[in-house]
Amino acid sequence: MTQELATSAPVSTANALELEDLEVEYKVRGAWKKVLRGVSLSIAPGESYGLVGESGCGKSTAAFAALNYLPRNGRVSSGSIHVAGKDLLAMSDADVRTLRSTQVSMVYQNPTSALNPTIHIGDQVAEVFTLQGVGGSEAQDRAKAMLQKVQISDPTGVMGRYPHQLSGGMNQRVVIAMALAKDPTLLMLDEPTTGLDATVEAEVLDLVAALRQEFGTSVLFISHNLDVILRMCDKVGVLYAGRVVEQGTVDEVFHNPRHPYTVGLLRCIPRAGARKDQGRLDTIPGFLPGLGETLPGCVFADRCALVQDVCRTDEPPLYDVGAGHISRCHFHEQAQDLPRNTSPVAVTEERPAESSDRVPVISTRNVRKTFHQDGHEVRAVEDITFTLAPGETLGLVGESGSGKTTLARLLLGLTTPDEGSVVELDGVPVAGAIGKRDREQVRSLQIVFQNPDAALNRRFSIKRIIGRALTMLMGTRGEQLDTRLRDLTHSVRFDVRLIRAKPTQLSGGLKQRVAIARAFAGDPKIVVCDEPTSALDVSVQAAILNLLAELQVKNDTAYLFISHDLGVVRYLSDRIAVLYLGRLMELGAAETVFGPPQHPYTEALLSAVPHVDGDERPRIKLTGEIPSHADPPSGCVFHTRCPRYIGDICKTEEPELKEVEPGHFWRCHYDVDELRTLQQSAPETRPEIGVSGGQRGAEPPV
Amino acid sequence: MKRFIATRILLSIVTLLILSILVFVASQVLPGNVARNILGPLADQASVDELNSQLGTDRSLVVQYWDWVTGLLTGDMGTSAIQQRSVFDIIGDSVVNSAKLALLAFLIVVPLAILGGVYAALKEGTLRDRTISLGGLSATAVPDFVWAVLLIVIFPLGLGIFKPTATAPPGSNVFEQVYYLILPAICLVFVLFGYIARMARAGTLEALDADYTRTAIIKGLPQRTVVRQHVLRNSLLPTIAVVATQIGYMIGGLVVIELIFNYNGLGKALFEAAQRKDIPVLQTGVLLVGVVYLVATLAADILYSVLNPRVRLGSES
Ligand code: SF4
Ligand code: SF4
Repeated sequence: MTQELATSAPVSTANALELEDLEVEYKVRGAWKKVLRGVSLSIAPGESYGLVGESGCGKSTAAFAALNYLPRNGRVSSGSIHVAGKDLLAMSDADVRTLRSTQVSMVYQNPTSALNPTIHIGDQVAEVFTLQGVGGSEAQDRAKAMLQKVQISDPTGVMGRYPHQLSGGMNQRVVIAMALAKDPTLLMLDEPTTGLDATVEAEVLDLVAALRQEFGTSVLFISHNLDVILRMCDKVGVLYAGRVVEQGTVDEVFHNPRHPYTVGLLRCIPRAGARKDQGRLDTIPGFLPGLGETLPGCVFADRCALVQDVCRTDEPPLYDVGAGHISRCHFHEQAQDLPRNTSPVAVTEERPAESSDRVPVISTRNVRKTFHQDGHEVRAVEDITFTLAPGETLGLVGESGSGKTTLARLLLGLTTPDEGSVVELDGVPVAGAIGKRDREQVRSLQIVFQNPDAALNRRFSIKRIIGRALTMLMGTRGEQLDTRLRDLTHSVRFDVRLIRAKPTQLSGGLKQRVAIARAFAGDPKIVVCDEPTSALDVSVQAAILNLLAELQVKNDTAYLFISHDLGVVRYLSDRIAVLYLGRLMELGAAETVFGPPQHPYTEALLSAVPHVDGDERPRIKLTGEIPSHADPPSGCVFHTRCPRYIGDICKTEEPELKEVEPGHFWRCHYDVDELRTLQQSAPETRPEIGVSGGQRGAEPPV
Repeated sequence: MKRFIATRILLSIVTLLILSILVFVASQVLPGNVARNILGPLADQASVDELNSQLGTDRSLVVQYWDWVTGLLTGDMGTSAIQQRSVFDIIGDSVVNSAKLALLAFLIVVPLAILGGVYAALKEGTLRDRTISLGGLSATAVPDFVWAVLLIVIFPLGLGIFKPTATAPPGSNVFEQVYYLILPAICLVFVLFGYIARMARAGTLEALDADYTRTAIIKGLPQRTVVRQHVLRNSLLPTIAVVATQIGYMIGGLVVIELIFNYNGLGKALFEAAQRKDIPVLQTGVLLVGVVYLVATLAADILYSVLNPRVRLGSES
């Protein structure tokens, strides 16, 4: 211990991480390609530094370099890396190992795959202590204490479990526990909450913030989510094509950006309640330069609307724009006047009358789905009734396991609903299973998935993929097929020259365009969009959202839009349905649902999301795990977690879905005025309630 | 988990039943009258008929099948009229002999191939990796009888060590027996090495590439611990399954090798029974091979699921 103290003493003065002019190269087909181009950054003790940028810009490479963990084909070609004052590149292998085991930790995306599937959680955490020479049972005790620190309920039980038995959020806590067990000088988090539910994300971020306070750890936080960076970091660096193009305090960079790339990124995100009918999202034209491309001038020149001749020849130096804020742009003063890439005007067309007066394209009554699992009945979807008008978007939100995707599959006929459920297309009841629907019905209901790879046959060319959809759904053949194909690719802004490519040769954004083209091939009335942009970078996401909005107006298509990104849902949706444990908790116009008075669950869900625009509503913490479908809580299914819990009535009586205002429904014992008054302030500490049936031993952390 | 094992066992039994029917039908197709085969072409028809009725071979096939199966289930394998011995004795001895040979081969090949595969994976892309992978593959690609002949030519004939026949004189101790068995065992090792090593290598590469291995390295664990604690545990799972299925595969190889080394094992017994149309021995022997194969794969499946918590405990959601 004393020795440890002695070695860590100088650490408090040295920067936790210091990259100087770091160049990293990857060997691709025999040639070295630059991935990082002279990255310099420093993280002071106790500081939290965020690194943002699109995928492929080198964020993770920078982090792995700081651990001296580059892939076999990677090398540091010049520059230096100092961790806690020590020169990493001069270290022996043994020293690097010591550094990893005592001073630097990393937490990454996909916690479940980051843990060994065949080793008990407890042993995996204890290993960190064993490595420092702590004996068997003491290592176990310390591991348990660590699990307690990361607020895992029932740490003793979790110690003896395997990763696949825990939820993603729980596993991420375990990984964080492992990372902090060594009390590191530097903690690196690489997209730690990507893929987690908003509520779980909020909990994990809270936890990291609290532990950072407690341990005084410096943090390198990598995320594509600017909101998360704003919330978690003191300083931020914007990385583009392996170069830090702007750096400063988060406040400065996000509210007074001085580089066109940062400006562009910030404009891509649907924020401040932006909606499709108010204007298009801005996008960033073009693509990231290829790996290792020689860029004599500004790395962003090819995509910058402010580009001048000088940009192409002279690398911009680091301009100090005040208060430690630096920008690598010759024209940093004009950065915020960056012309838009898309027209700000929303695509609108004369809408025939009020949409609610028209016959709904789809309507459901009492849709239910019960799965049978090991003799249990699992009610995945319970009694869902709603309608969708032509050209309207209904956003579906809720945590994972809320039944969003099951509901979508039920409508599509991919899953057959229970007896008694009614799904009507254009006022005509349809069969539950897709095989029993006629071609017309199949054609009118299409889907776009999150992962286009799953939907596109990788062996077929784009032409064949879209062509087949046209032939199968519309019976289009011959010359007509070519014309329709061209129209369709044009309408999704897919470059016709790429039509012979295979899906694997395309970027994620292009693939998603193909998937959208295919969904629109049959001129559908309804398209289910299941997280269509969550795998994409923000600039690509903006382009896809614009495209969806445009296609909707042009074709009068209705969308059922599923996303965990509430900003995105809000942008595209006319109405929102909030699901919890397979039940419809709230349904109403988007603006109504997004503001008070709102259902307590919606309120909590929304408050979990951090905002770049700094919406300062107090956070409501949703504690505990989502109860199991097999054994839902009695009364109001949300009562075990509800921040506005009334009393016994919530535990004993299930509230009806009632219309509290015209067109606004919710399932809560409160009425509209009561919640309006209540929601003017944050909820009191939640009244104590007994743990009732349905909770999986997940008590709110103390 | 229990249900999984129960269904697997049930399936094996059904497979066995089908196999027994197939074996039975197939052995009826072998040309020739059973009693005529035994008594030879010169015997008169009356004694042939008598023997047939004695042996029960004049009854309907269904009755004969039923008899055979119920006999097997009660432990009665019948007698070989040709060899004038009980089938149990003939097969029993040869099974023990084959098992000795197989065991020796496995004791050599399993650790060797796994070590080789894991080592090759750790040194991926180097010359050593290529030597092991290619060497293993070509050893497997060469037919077993070629190895057998080659080994006999090199060792007993050329260098004067080891024996060209595998049958040790009666009363030999374990070491002497191993000395006799070593060449045929090595043949089997050659045949099996490639498959097992390739599985071990592929499994290890996959585990080395996994996120959890990255976690382990970044934890600061020494390379050896990473491999032992984190990689091998996951990479050897699929290998175990392969090893067990190879048991079945190996029986095919046994026939040839036992013949060449003149070893009284199950393979040789079956071959001889087929030649002499000794149907009781043939039927029961082939069925036994089927049982061994099924039990081996069943054991592999169960072992795999016991070792793999994802299968053993199922997902909770
Ligand atoms: S230096 Fe030129 S090209 Fe680069 S960001 Fe500034 S204006 Fe654009
Ligand atoms: S009914 Fe009670 S528990 Fe349910 S949402 Fe309303 S206040 Fe909360």
